[in-house]
Amino acid sequence: MALKIVKGSIDRMFDKNLQDLVRGIRNHKEDEAKYISTCIDEIKQELKQDNIAVKANAVCKLTYLQMLGYDVSWAAFNIVEVMSSSKFTYKRIGYLAASQCFHEGTDVIMLTTNQIRKDLSSPNQYDTGVALTGLSCFVTPDLARDLANDIMTLMSHTKPYIRKKAVLIMYKVFLKYPESLRPAFPRLKEKLEDPDPGVQSAAVNVICELARRNPKNYLSLAPLFFKLMTSSTNNWVLIKIIKLFGALTPLEPRLGKKLIEPLTNLIHSTSAMSLLYECVNTVIAVLISLSSGMPNHSASIQLCVQKLRILIEDSDQNLKYLGLLAMSKILKTHPKSVQSHKDLILQCLDDKDESIRLRALDLLYGMVSKKNLMEIVKKLMLHVDKAEGTTYRDELLTKIIDICSQNNYQYITNFEWYISILVELTRLEGTRHGHLIASQMLDVAIRVKAIRGFAVAQMAMLLDNAHLLTGNTQRNGICEVLYAAAWICGEFSEHLEDPMHTLEAMLRPKVATLPGHIQAVYVQNAAKLFATVLRKQEGAPDSQAAQETSQLLIDRLPLFVQSANLEVQERASCILQLVKYIQKLQQKDVEVAEEVSALFAGELNPVAPKAQKKVPVPEGLDLDAWINDPPSESESEDEKPKAVFAKEEPKHTRPRHPEVDEKELARRREARKQEQANNPFYIKSSPSSQKVYQDAPGVEHIPVVQIDLSVPLKVPGMPMSDQYVKLEEERRQKERAEKKKKEKKKKREKRGRGKKGDSGPESEEDITPAHQVDIVTEEMPENALPSDDDDKDPNDPHKALDIDLDKPLMDSEKLPVRTHRPEVLKSPAEDGDGEPAQAEPKKRSSKEKKEKKKDKDKDRKKSKEEKKKKKHKRDAEPEEPVEEQMEEPVQSEASAEVAAPPTSTPTEASDLDFWLSNAPVLSANQEVEPTPPETTSTPETTSAAAPESEPEEPKDTEPEETKSSKHKKKKQKKEKEDKEKKKKKRHHHHHHHSDGAGDESVQNGTVEEEEPLPPMSNYCLLAENSYIKMVCDIQGNLQDGSQVVVSVIFENKSDCFLKSMEFNVLDSLNSKLQRPEGAGPHDGLTVPFQLPPGVSNEARFVFSVQSIVMPQKLKGTLTFIVKSEDSSTHEKLDFKLHFTCTSYLITTPCYSDAYAKLLESGDLKASSLKLEGVNMPFHHLLARICFHHHFSVVERIDSCASMYSRSIQGHHVCLLVKTSGETVSIDAKCDEPSLLGNVLEEIKQTFSRC
Amino acid sequence: MIKAILIFNNHGKPRLSKFYEHYSEDTEQQIIRETFHLVSKRDENVCNFLEGGLLIGGSDNKLIYRHYATLYFVFCVDSSESELGILDLIQVFVETLDKCFENVCELDLIFHVDKVHNILAEMVMGGMVLETNMNEIITQIDAQNKMEKSETFIFQSPRQDR
Repeated sequence: MALKIVKGSIDRMFDKNLQDLVRGIRNHKEDEAKYISTCIDEIKQELKQDNIAVKANAVCKLTYLQMLGYDVSWAAFNIVEVMSSSKFTYKRIGYLAASQCFHEGTDVIMLTTNQIRKDLSSPNQYDTGVALTGLSCFVTPDLARDLANDIMTLMSHTKPYIRKKAVLIMYKVFLKYPESLRPAFPRLKEKLEDPDPGVQSAAVNVICELARRNPKNYLSLAPLFFKLMTSSTNNWVLIKIIKLFGALTPLEPRLGKKLIEPLTNLIHSTSAMSLLYECVNTVIAVLISLSSGMPNHSASIQLCVQKLRILIEDSDQNLKYLGLLAMSKILKTHPKSVQSHKDLILQCLDDKDESIRLRALDLLYGMVSKKNLMEIVKKLMLHVDKAEGTTYRDELLTKIIDICSQNNYQYITNFEWYISILVELTRLEGTRHGHLIASQMLDVAIRVKAIRGFAVAQMAMLLDNAHLLTGNTQRNGICEVLYAAAWICGEFSEHLEDPMHTLEAMLRPKVATLPGHIQAVYVQNAAKLFATVLRKQEGAPDSQAAQETSQLLIDRLPLFVQSANLEVQERASCILQLVKYIQKLQQKDVEVAEEVSALFAGELNPVAPKAQKKVPVPEGLDLDAWINDPPSESESEDEKPKAVFAKEEPKHTRPRHPEVDEKELARRREARKQEQANNPFYIKSSPSSQKVYQDAPGVEHIPVVQIDLSVPLKVPGMPMSDQYVKLEEERRQKERAEKKKKEKKKKREKRGRGKKGDSGPESEEDITPAHQVDIVTEEMPENALPSDDDDKDPNDPHKALDIDLDKPLMDSEKLPVRTHRPEVLKSPAEDGDGEPAQAEPKKRSSKEKKEKKKDKDKDRKKSKEEKKKKKHKRDAEPEEPVEEQMEEPVQSEASAEVAAPPTSTPTEASDLDFWLSNAPVLSANQEVEPTPPETTSTPETTSAAAPESEPEEPKDTEPEETKSSKHKKKKQKKEKEDKEKKKKKRHHHHHHHSDGAGDESVQNGTVEEEEPLPPMSNYCLLAENSYIKMVCDIQGNLQDGSQVVVSVIFENKSDCFLKSMEFNVLDSLNSKLQRPEGAGPHDGLTVPFQLPPGVSNEARFVFSVQSIVMPQKLKGTLTFIVKSEDSSTHEKLDFKLHFTCTSYLITTPCYSDAYAKLLESGDLKASSLKLEGVNMPFHHLLARICFHHHFSVVERIDSCASMYSRSIQGHHVCLLVKTSGETVSIDAKCDEPSLLGNVLEEIKQTFSRC
Repeated sequence: MIKAILIFNNHGKPRLSKFYEHYSEDTEQQIIRETFHLVSKRDENVCNFLEGGLLIGGSDNKLIYRHYATLYFVFCVDSSESELGILDLIQVFVETLDKCFENVCELDLIFHVDKVHNILAEMVMGGMVLETNMNEIITQIDAQNKMEKSETFIFQSPRQDR
């Protein structure tokens, strides 16, 4: 086999590849799990090998196992290893595995940043492609932030293959790192017109996806998309664009008008069904947005409906489905045009495809009217019968109820019919929706007072025939309706014809087989019925009957008292005792009926959904406020909990209840009583108020309808809703006839007016309901709050992307550029040469600050725009002189806006206006014109503004573009510079004295097979005040044994411009600041730059040192001028430079044999150090020592490593680091004991800090 | 957005699963099972759309699938995708597989799921459609295969091992 042939060239430790694994699994069908677990053991072994090929193979197999449902996250680190292979084959395997199983919780992801960055910039386009594909699946907020700039650069890659991938992945980056949207957007927009169709399609894809969530921000792109729509021939792109327009039109009706024509053309011309369908969809969206007051679009509607009809009639089920789907959208606004296709839709109800039937059902929902409801439901009922035993039947059932109950039973004219439909539905066997029917019954009976009599009769019948429903209780959800039936009969028992009969039905022994909650209702309502029966019987001459009734209850209730269900038991025993007592009274010939029925007096009204939520919070009640003072976190509560409570209690009561005198209290009590009396929700204590029920005026005025009992009610098991349909027909006809008569009369009276006759079909309004139906409205608390249900999910990631894209870019919004990011260390094991990377921790924090500022800026801007709209002169400038600097970009923008309308944001909007309405846009101009000339933004500020803020001048997309290219250039230049420096062995110029951060980053970027580590930084805080912050890093200079270079990053924290900075240090005997020739020994050094607000920059200073064996501190001062808008002040900042012994060490590689010789030589003094509780992986530990203390690893064996470093004056420092558990022991040797002691001390400090 | 792409056979055995949102392995298996359950009970000549992505996302989602011989290709998408467009895409996907494997059958997918992943990666990236042009996809796949071959001989070309 070919497989055998290829083997052997590499000594492979494994003999199972993916294919073998799959084959093995297929051969072990009976004990698959066991086989796989042995395979996983093998894989674990393979992952321990050093051979990357073996590892890759193992990872490949793991990817397969992951698909089968095995958790492979334990191998995440190995996956990272395979990802970082230099071979494309392995890299691809690694990235595939990562994309399948990495997610935001995977901790090793943070190790991949540098690897991915390297792959992104790989010369091989497929390396880049594979990295992008993988990244698209597991990008995290951190990765997005760190790599956004790199990916943005790739958007302009020469190869379209990379470009399109980079464009697509930007969407994921935006989601994870919303700050990147604004800086990246101009380039994304540019890609809409990329020469490569694939890239263009990708850009359309991304923008559509963005715009779908926050359409208003993308309205300004409409002209561009319009152009694309009319020019593109790529159906995929067209579909996306058309879909996008569908989302945009609701926001801008004028856009819709403009779209109709080209869309209609497309509908007529295209042969692609998918495109046609989307066009129709968007036309519908347009029509919906135009629905008010646009008479001329009936043609378009007709076209759509007609096209959809063609789709629905097509034999292709997919088209049929989509046709129905689109129909339902038209239905919402133009129900009439859809209703004419009722035949077609009803036909679809018979389709064999369930998806289609469901769609058709949805359509029905919107198509019913008062007129056709009965007819449609009748048809549905037929389907219900046919669709026995399927979930579709349940769906039908819910649809019937939905259709009937929609809008508060808007379309039901005859509730008798509806009740009978509900009763018919109870005959469905095995439906899950018993409770739904039950709740409908309850709802109708409670809310439609006029129907109660009828409902009660029907329910009594149900109760009587309960055995039909409860055939097999177990799988039958329908017995839920008995719950409703029992309650209705009990509650409205005054309507019962033969309450005694019903009472008997409710107390049958069979009831005990029903579910507990239903039994409980039975028992309770039996008591209500009992009360009613007593009333009737006591009035009658035969007093014996009443006692018999009591006896019936006493006989039957013990059955329920024995119930296992607590609720049933409790109610039953309670009522049993009550009845026994009543019987006693009866035997004494006491009239009890009145009092018994008083037990159940009072009416229950429906309460609106969310009523509770809408109760307004009383004034002055702060629900978020602490009642007690929050326990302070530092305090351990366990220690003395009593003291906490004792102390807190008086504190909180005092402010809440100021002393109240008796009178006031009495008054309040009275008021509360009053309030309670009026409150329907409050359960009153006085029984007197309950009697009101009998003669409440509210009941009288309700017209209780006499039910026409010509219809036989008691036909159990026979559908009877049809009869109501017929009856209703007759009724309507009669009504119509009467109306005709009336109208004829009228006609006769006013013949002069030639009106259209009554020959037309009866309109919706003509149908009057059979009864004066009075739907009790649901109760709401007094002064309920208006509903403001904002159902936007606060966790929706798209919320963060709701960003105004037309605003010009701020300086602070630039994407983090790689050179300014903390560098990730390479693993010490491979770290052959080069100094450890430096990092600038400051940058990040400054970035954050800037972001805050940005927010502030935004707010301010908004308020400014508002001000502008009000057409007031803005004179806010003098108010906040301090913030003037920061405001500057905003102002310049505002002024630019006025000075040159065709440039900035509002202009774009007005462009859109212009594009949308072909007439000159007056409104937009008016908005801009009256703004007073904004040139007041003082020349001083403009001149003071740093050059950085200049490109902020809003000029469409150009500034961003130039900026980014400038960025790139800058970076390239810097790299070049660094390289040159390296060659020339750097000299002079303060800030060019040693290898800079840029240098290392270049090296870092190219080192292969490295093992990334969490970012570290050597920069530590030097000094800080409200204007400026200084962080520094100190490095020895290998070339000159007496020189140390201090790199200081200055960051301007203020809103002012900082200039004329002077850096001075008080020299000591041992260390001196190197000053230019001719300068005095106490002169300061001028920092070679100025700092605009929020900007930071780095300068380097060289010191000469004599002895390096001891650490030392130097005092220094920085003086500078703070230049704000109208003043400038001199400021100074003192600092202390700390020269550690570590800073005199220089990372120097050493070969193991040389190292061994060195140790053997015997002229090194030894010392040792033990660190406890170091909780980090060994390689991290080594990396830290390498990074912070400038060592390099000579050799590493398991948990033991030898390290080496050299001081600038040539001292050798050797370390042997061993770890076991959390203890790290370091044995060290050096030819200078005090230096060694200090270095060890510093190492100790490093680890005590982390 | 495409939320997930699943391929399974007539018995519900997964042949490829690609989720563009993270789920735990157990949830993934459950989704596959449920999807299979939904799709497999449908007749051949019914429409290819199924509502209710159930576990994945909300009501916005749809299952769009095609059934080829022994395999179901199921795409779970949200409302931003065109239904018919996705059906076309599935067709392109299958045709591409057919070209790359020369008369693709279930066995190819069983033994070379990694290659199927690689092909898919050229069409759909992070849940968004990357390329719909079959020739372009095949060109890129071929170029990558060539690179792989030149680099290593550990993994065989698709058909060798059947």
